[in-house]
Amino acid sequence: MTTSHAAAAPGYRRVRIDPVTRLEGHGKIDIFLDEAGEVADCCFQVPELRGFERFCQGRPVEEMPRITARICGVCPEAHMMAAAKACDAVYRVTLPLTARLLRELQYSIFFVTDHATHFYALAAPDFILGPDASPADRNLLGIIRKLGVEVGSKVIQCRQWGHEAAAIFGGKPVIPVNAIPGGMSKPITGDERRRLEEIAAFQLEFAKFTLKLFHDVVLGNPAYLDLILSGPYYHETHSMGLVDERNRLNFYDGQVRVVDIQGFEVCKYAPRDYSKHIAEHVEPWTYLKFPFLTAIGWKGFVDGQASGVYRATPQSRLNAADSMATPLAQEAYEEYFERLTGDASGRRMVHHTLAIHWARVIEMVQAAERALELVRHPEIANPEKYRVVPTEPPGEGVGIVEAPRGTLTHHYVTDENGLVRKANLIVGTTNNHAAICLSIKKAAQGVIRRGVPLTEGMLNRIEMAFRAYDPCFGCATHGVFGRPPLQIRVHGAVPEV
Amino acid sequence: MVRSTPGRASPLKVAMYWASSCGGCDISLLEIGPRLLQLMDMADVVFWPCATDFKYADVAGYADGYIDVCLFNGGIRSTEHEEVARLLRAKSRTLVAYGACASEGGIPALANLSPPNGLFETVYGSNPSLHNPSHIVPQTRVATEFGELELPRQLDHVLRLRDVVEVDYVIPGCPPQADQVWSVIELVASGGVPARNRALKVGCGHKSVCDECPREKRRMKIDSFKRPHLAIPEAGWCLLEQGFVCSGPATRSGCGALCITAGQACRGCYGPTAGAGDQGLALVTAIGSNLAARDEARAREQVAEIADPAGTFYRFSVAGSLLHGRREPLQ
Repeated sequence: MTTSHAAAAPGYRRVRIDPVTRLEGHGKIDIFLDEAGEVADCCFQVPELRGFERFCQGRPVEEMPRITARICGVCPEAHMMAAAKACDAVYRVTLPLTARLLRELQYSIFFVTDHATHFYALAAPDFILGPDASPADRNLLGIIRKLGVEVGSKVIQCRQWGHEAAAIFGGKPVIPVNAIPGGMSKPITGDERRRLEEIAAFQLEFAKFTLKLFHDVVLGNPAYLDLILSGPYYHETHSMGLVDERNRLNFYDGQVRVVDIQGFEVCKYAPRDYSKHIAEHVEPWTYLKFPFLTAIGWKGFVDGQASGVYRATPQSRLNAADSMATPLAQEAYEEYFERLTGDASGRRMVHHTLAIHWARVIEMVQAAERALELVRHPEIANPEKYRVVPTEPPGEGVGIVEAPRGTLTHHYVTDENGLVRKANLIVGTTNNHAAICLSIKKAAQGVIRRGVPLTEGMLNRIEMAFRAYDPCFGCATHGVFGRPPLQIRVHGAVPEV
Repeated sequence: MVRSTPGRASPLKVAMYWASSCGGCDISLLEIGPRLLQLMDMADVVFWPCATDFKYADVAGYADGYIDVCLFNGGIRSTEHEEVARLLRAKSRTLVAYGACASEGGIPALANLSPPNGLFETVYGSNPSLHNPSHIVPQTRVATEFGELELPRQLDHVLRLRDVVEVDYVIPGCPPQADQVWSVIELVASGGVPARNRALKVGCGHKSVCDECPREKRRMKIDSFKRPHLAIPEAGWCLLEQGFVCSGPATRSGCGALCITAGQACRGCYGPTAGAGDQGLALVTAIGSNLAARDEARAREQVAEIADPAGTFYRFSVAGSLLHGRREPLQ
């Protein structure tokens, strides 16, 4: 909220959505309407920065998993894991098998919990209650009222058991503290393993239930299906995602693969090479930067094959991978591509922004199947091999995981004592920043029409464009702060480059 | 079990807000589990950006004192956070600083250890992945052909909520633990706490984390300090006595020593113990009196083994500490 002293330019009217809601973090949308009542411009701004990259300088690198987990209390495991992997690289340690399995198990269980939270608490109110439902009802509590206490209890149980799993691994249920350079701070006991297996089994059933709910409530409703397939929620961008050695989707480890709007590979890179492939553009009207593909360059706020804008969302990950890594998720993947592109193989790309929700539910299934595989691995509860003590001197390292909201990169450079000299973080949501701006503008232009009175429901349909990304501007605003200098002037909200 | 508020005709009006925060406090409210359904019965949420669609304009339209309880998380980092804090103070009968950031500054207040100026060059000038040939930096006001765009100004230092407005209660923790949060909700719903109190700490214990810690103290002095990733601690024995820096002695109880049960030392997220004031200073005292060193020279050597003492001792409490913020640039 900024007490506005600014006016729209003569001939234009400003409509402001402030704050944007049902997401993590801060943002506002200014829509400028011309005299005919049509959208002349639409600008999404991120009004905050917290300064992690700056104040992590001087901190011991082994503390980075604990410190950066506080970039985001919704996806702390993502930052903790990316940080721990960067630390492993800083000390050039190779994890023992059990440590590697434990990390991926913890991460997989977290992934299901996080996606479920987004789907039910943030996204589903727009579909289960409807985009035009009263804002007072359009939330998780409204969903519980609508679907009944039995379903509501399952949703709550998924979150609660997810917290219980986090506490088994990492002490604190909301922000675990256990990933360290070289592995984990504690092993799991046989009893803990059995409990985690129950939790993973429940999560798989819950993911399957959610997929069915999505079919019944969203895809089964012609009005919602039309909305998902409609023009205002469609634009073509390149797609990014982490893949294993067989180009199957992986959340915890692998190489980053980028495919173009038709599905051809643009690049595939190991974490240490990230800065050769991704660069960040700066605009004066928002604190958040705009990553783009260096192979193409920053061409401004445009989509399409010739633009460096890419997306890193569940949908992008399904596009970037050749297949899923688990059987039920693969079935769901084939149905998704068949229905949206007519080709079950996944060779034709999906670019429907609202279908990101569907891809997210499919990812829930893979994460849950993977968790169940891992928790049954004979070495998972090995009491010895949960960590290794680094012996090499510290240096430089990059760690990458797929955060629920997109590819997450942590890069540290330390001094000889392992104190951080430089930290660079490119977080899930930041990848999508330019695309989010494009999606919001396109939705606004499609929803707001000449002569049609503006309603709250219409503004909510504009917000639905960013909600599909499950954006976390808490994560995104980790960057450095400072006092902005005074005013400069650009012609057009989107300067030409 | 709480059902509804005795003597109240209408449900409690509850708000939750995040300023400079990570969302973990909002998630911690979900962690109360099935008790959420009870909360539904007894309270109406009238503002919660994370989970509901009320906007600032809705809050501005509420009568003063309309909100019964506002749980405010996050530190004060920008002029926008200041404005919203004032707005919510006016609209709320009871304003609660919820979590470590609102109560002590939290992790983002580590920024106060660095000079406030000259930082743009780091992020918009020299980050490894940056492409900024025109040296663009964000502005608080940018004119476009359609109208002006505004951004709030970032403050020089992270402040606590109580540095900006009067706060009635403080719930510490990063984030607060569910059972503690629920006990406060029950108390408020039963009318058991007065609406106004001067930053009284609730939802926490009154001793130190050591009192909740399952590890045994053997009355051993600290021989040398160890980094947590470079040595494996012995099970069951006090981490601090083994030489792993642990903020337990200087940190308020209430969490159940959760980090320590996961094999990691306490970093102090529940803030200073009752009456201790400055958390880092209290930890210096606790550690200083437990060094094995017999003379000053050896004591100095021992202390020099501690990596990043300021950032460790004050991990969550710089904004509320005597350090508060470095006013002048280093060079």
